[in-house]
Parts: sequence; structure tokens; C-alpha cells
Amino acid sequence: MVADIVVFIGLWLFHLCSLLAKEQTGIDFSTFEFSCIQHSGNSLDICQYVGYLMRNNIFTELIKSRALEKDELRPLYMDFQATTPMDPRVLDAMLPYQVNYYGNPHSRTHAYGWESESAMEKARKQVADLIAADPREIVFTSGATESNNMSIKGVARFYKAKKNHVITTQTEHKCVLDSCRVLEAEGFDITYLPVKSNGLVDLQLLEETIRPETSLVSVMTVNNEIGVMQPVEEIGRICRSRNVFFHTDAAQAVGKVPINVSDWKVDLMSISGHKIYGPKGVGALYVRRRPRVRMEPLQNGGGQERGLRSGTVPTPLAVGLGAACEIAQQELEYDHRWVSLLAKRLVQKIMSEVPDVVMNGDPEQRYPGCINLSFAYVEGESLLMALKDVALSSGSACTSASLEPSYVLRAIGTDEDLAHSSIRFGIGRFSTEAEVDFTAEKCIQQVKRLREMSPLWEMVQEGIDLKSIKWSQH
Amino acid sequence: MAGLVAKKCITPLVVIRRLTYPEYAAQAAYHKKVVDHYENPRNVGSLDKTSKNVGTGLVGAPACGDVMKLQIEVDDQGKIVDARFKTFGCGSAIASSSLVTEWVKGKSIAEAMTIKNTDIAKELCLPPVKLHCSMLAEDAIKAALQDYRVKQQDIEIEAVKASN
Repeated sequence: MVADIVVFIGLWLFHLCSLLAKEQTGIDFSTFEFSCIQHSGNSLDICQYVGYLMRNNIFTELIKSRALEKDELRPLYMDFQATTPMDPRVLDAMLPYQVNYYGNPHSRTHAYGWESESAMEKARKQVADLIAADPREIVFTSGATESNNMSIKGVARFYKAKKNHVITTQTEHKCVLDSCRVLEAEGFDITYLPVKSNGLVDLQLLEETIRPETSLVSVMTVNNEIGVMQPVEEIGRICRSRNVFFHTDAAQAVGKVPINVSDWKVDLMSISGHKIYGPKGVGALYVRRRPRVRMEPLQNGGGQERGLRSGTVPTPLAVGLGAACEIAQQELEYDHRWVSLLAKRLVQKIMSEVPDVVMNGDPEQRYPGCINLSFAYVEGESLLMALKDVALSSGSACTSASLEPSYVLRAIGTDEDLAHSSIRFGIGRFSTEAEVDFTAEKCIQQVKRLREMSPLWEMVQEGIDLKSIKWSQH
Repeated sequence: MAGLVAKKCITPLVVIRRLTYPEYAAQAAYHKKVVDHYENPRNVGSLDKTSKNVGTGLVGAPACGDVMKLQIEVDDQGKIVDARFKTFGCGSAIASSSLVTEWVKGKSIAEAMTIKNTDIAKELCLPPVKLHCSMLAEDAIKAALQDYRVKQQDIEIEAVKASN
């Protein structure tokens, strides 16, 4: 113990002296090559010994363990639909473009610009290859929200003279619904198609809703709340036959399910970087060239990105997105198998031990990594609080400022009390079996505990039908 | 020179301290009183609904995401001797109802009627979005007391009828 204290103080004094020496003489001892000291014995021993002293000192250990504790004891991450951690390979690809190859890709006159531009074009090709598109059809944006805004507002406004009708669904992402609301205020006619109770769009209804004045249909590929996958191929076929542009928000689908924009007859597709283990703040928009999709640009300026989205393309972010897409293409099948395995494990475990659990959304037509379960007679937010060691998300009201449950659950017709009881589990590339097992066990345990505290569970056990009770409206 | 030395001495300590105690966003998490009531709820359970000393209040609606059932047992002197609750609701709702059961124990009926939702909210430091939980808890205790009073009136009416 005494030796530890002595060594620690000694090292601290050495650190101070080296800092002072740097100020006075400019010699930096921290990177000083000890090997150039002519010392009897192997010069490596000194470094190793100093390192050994520092590592095994009780103070450095204490400091390290306190710092690590705060980091290691963070909750398990099971919210892959909200965002995903960046794959380390993506970070490796991005880093040179942050500090070394920092030129503006639109600079025509020097090597910095040329190397940046070639990196950007390489990234464009990587993104295009993932969705079987041509690189000239990819536009880099700041994310799927911007891509959605661009495509909906841009296409609708361009064809405003002859066509003023846009069709979308009630389960779209907020950015799509809000863009449509803005268009309504501008005088467009928007139809928000209802969905069936399994979350899928009724194709018959879609065909009937398309009019000669329809310019755009927007249906997302994979829903971010309940995970259902829409019949995109059929919708594309219908739209192509009626000469209507088809936009799909594929933020949750890209890199997770195989996509082919020609087979699907998609005209516009939104891609998000941070949903496929890429960087945050970048996305892409696929805009078909044959037949050409015309749109009014939302962001004007120097005419970059075919004039559709002016502004300097952030090379490191674009390179990151490209790398993420390439990795996703290579690992798509493996990831899909892994995620399906874990999802089946989680759902089977929970549903076999806990009665009265409902999975929202179609059980077959879905992306397996997004599971939305409703635990009857238990409120979603209290369950989230109980599962504080797991990072999850809920479709319940209490997490939003208003007392209304999620609009997606309302659109698929979930009972209001079940809508308050839903939790979304997200599984991704880096999830492990141990995490899934822990989550399932904790979930089962806490649901049982909360049901003991629930008056609704008690009434159901006594045989009272909850629908027959007249509740006091608050 | 002395100042430089002092600054150089302090910096590693400050950095290490910042490493070891990263500030968590305390605002985003729950207040620890709410968490305490949630983790160790007091008085969860049920009393015999049919007993003449027990008043039951059931308020809220599953459609709103909040249902509270509060039961109180009153002795012959009009003092509340036991209280139990069951809640379907978020953490703040559970904490509010748990707190109310703690507060009413040992109070007389008149005193229990004076419990206000603002007291509950202040005690648990509820944020503005969660104030409706405290209001529901106040409604629950009032409903339980009302139910007890109605039961007592019915008993009196029965007694008067029987004596006639």
C-alpha cells in the first residue's frame, strides 16, 4: 500500500515535470523514445516496468474501475428501430475523410476536390448497388426525413398544374404525414388510406382510390413501430399500370431485406444512414431516371446533386453511408437469419410464459427484427420503468406529452387499453442471445409483478368482463 | 509559476473526476421518490369488498391509460385503519396511489377528504405532464370515502327499517 502511494506520487511528479519541461524546452517526454536513452540493460525493460507499475497501482485501478463501471453498467440496447450503433468498419472508412482527405467534393480545380469527389462517387455506387439502381439515380441528403420531404413536396408541386391528388397511408412516418398536411394547406387533395387490422394496405382500396389526377402514392416498406412489410411489388405494379409515381420510405428496410427497385417498380425511395449501422445526419434518395421523375427541389443553391439538393455533400458522411451499404449487402442474409432466430426466441419465450400477450401487426409479412407486443392489463410506461436495464420503446400514451396512444396502433384498430400496453423490442446485428434471454426473463418477471398490482387483472381473474363496466370518464 | 504548477496539479484530478462521475441527465429520469414508490409500493392488495367497514373507489378508464382502485377500512370511530390500492398506469400513477394509501392511514374521514392533488404532486415532484396522475389519486380517495358513506347510509336505513 505504501509502495503504491509512493509510486503514484512519483509518477505524478514525473508527469508534472514532463509538462513543465515541455513548456520550457519544448521536449515532449510523453512521447519520448526511451529506447534512445543509453541505459545498461535492455531499454524495453524500463517501459515495461513503468507500465506494470501504472497498471497495478491501486489508485489507477480504482480510477479505472469507477470510470468503467459507469460505462459497462449501461442498459442493454434493444431499440434498433430508433437508431443503430455505427459499425466499426464504417468508422474506419470515414475517419481519413474527416482529418486527411478533407476537400470539398465539388472543387474542380485541385487534388483535394478530386479525391473527395472520387470517394463520394464510390459511396454513391455502393448505395446504388444495395438497391440495384444506377449510381446516377442516387441523391445524398441529410437523412430519410429530408428525402421524404423532398420527394413528396417536390413531385407534388412539380405536377401541380395537371395533378393535385396524393395518396398515402395512415401508418406512415410523421415526416410523410406532416409533409402531406403542408400540401393540404397549399390546396392539394390528400387521401390517407386506412390499413387492415394486420397493418397491411388493402390493394383493392388503393386501386379504387387512384384517380386521373393522382401524381404520387407513398407507402412505407417496413413500418418502424410494428414491423409489417407492405406488398411493395404489387403496389408498384398497380402504380406503374396507372401511370402514377410510387414513393416508398425504405429507411427501416434498406440493408435488412433484399431490395430491387426495378423489380419493385419503385420511382422514389428514401434511405436513412443511421438505421443501417451508418452515421447519423446522412441519407439518400433514389430518383428514377427511366422513366424520368421530375421534381421541384426543396433546397436551392449551386445545383449540386443534379440540382435536386444543392449544398456540399458531406464526404465523410457519404463515405460512411456507402460503407454501411456495402457491409449491409455482404451481411444481409446472415443478419436476417440471426435476427429472425433471436426474434423467434424472444417471442416464444415471452408468449409461452405470459398469457394475454398480443403481437401487433401481421405475423408473416414482417421484418422479424421489430416486435411490438401488447401486454394486457399492464401499462406500457410502467413496464418500461420496470425494465430499466433494457433500452426499449413503447407505443403508449404516457411517453408522449398527450394522453393519446400511438397513431399507428390506433390505425390498425388496437383496443385503446391494449394500445397503452404496448412495447417495441428491436433486434439488430449486434444483439446477442444473452441479451435476448435477459430481456425475456426480466419482461416475464416484471409483467407478472405489475399484473399483481393491476385492478384490471384482478377483475378479469374474478370473471368480470371489462367491456361491460362503465368507467368514470376523467 | 506557482499558478502554473497549481493548474497543472489540479487538471488531472478534475479530468479523472469527470471520468468517474459523468453527469447523467437527471431531468430525463424519474424523480427518486417516484422510483422508490414504484420499486417498493406500499399497501398493494385488496380488502374484502363486501365488508361493511370497507369503501372502494374505482376511477379512471383503461382507454385513458389510468385506472386506480383504492380501498379503505374504517373502524367504528370513523378512523381509517387500513388502505390498499391497485393501479393500471404509469410509474407516476402507481407512485401517486401508493402515496395516498400511506397518507390516509390513521386519518379520520374528514381529514382524508382534505387531501389535495397539489400536495401529492409536490411531494413526488411530478412534472407538469404527470399532474393528471395526482388528480386521479385524489379522485380515487374521494370515491372510496363516498362509497363508504353510501354503505353506512344503507346500513342505517336497513337498521331503521328493521326496528320498524
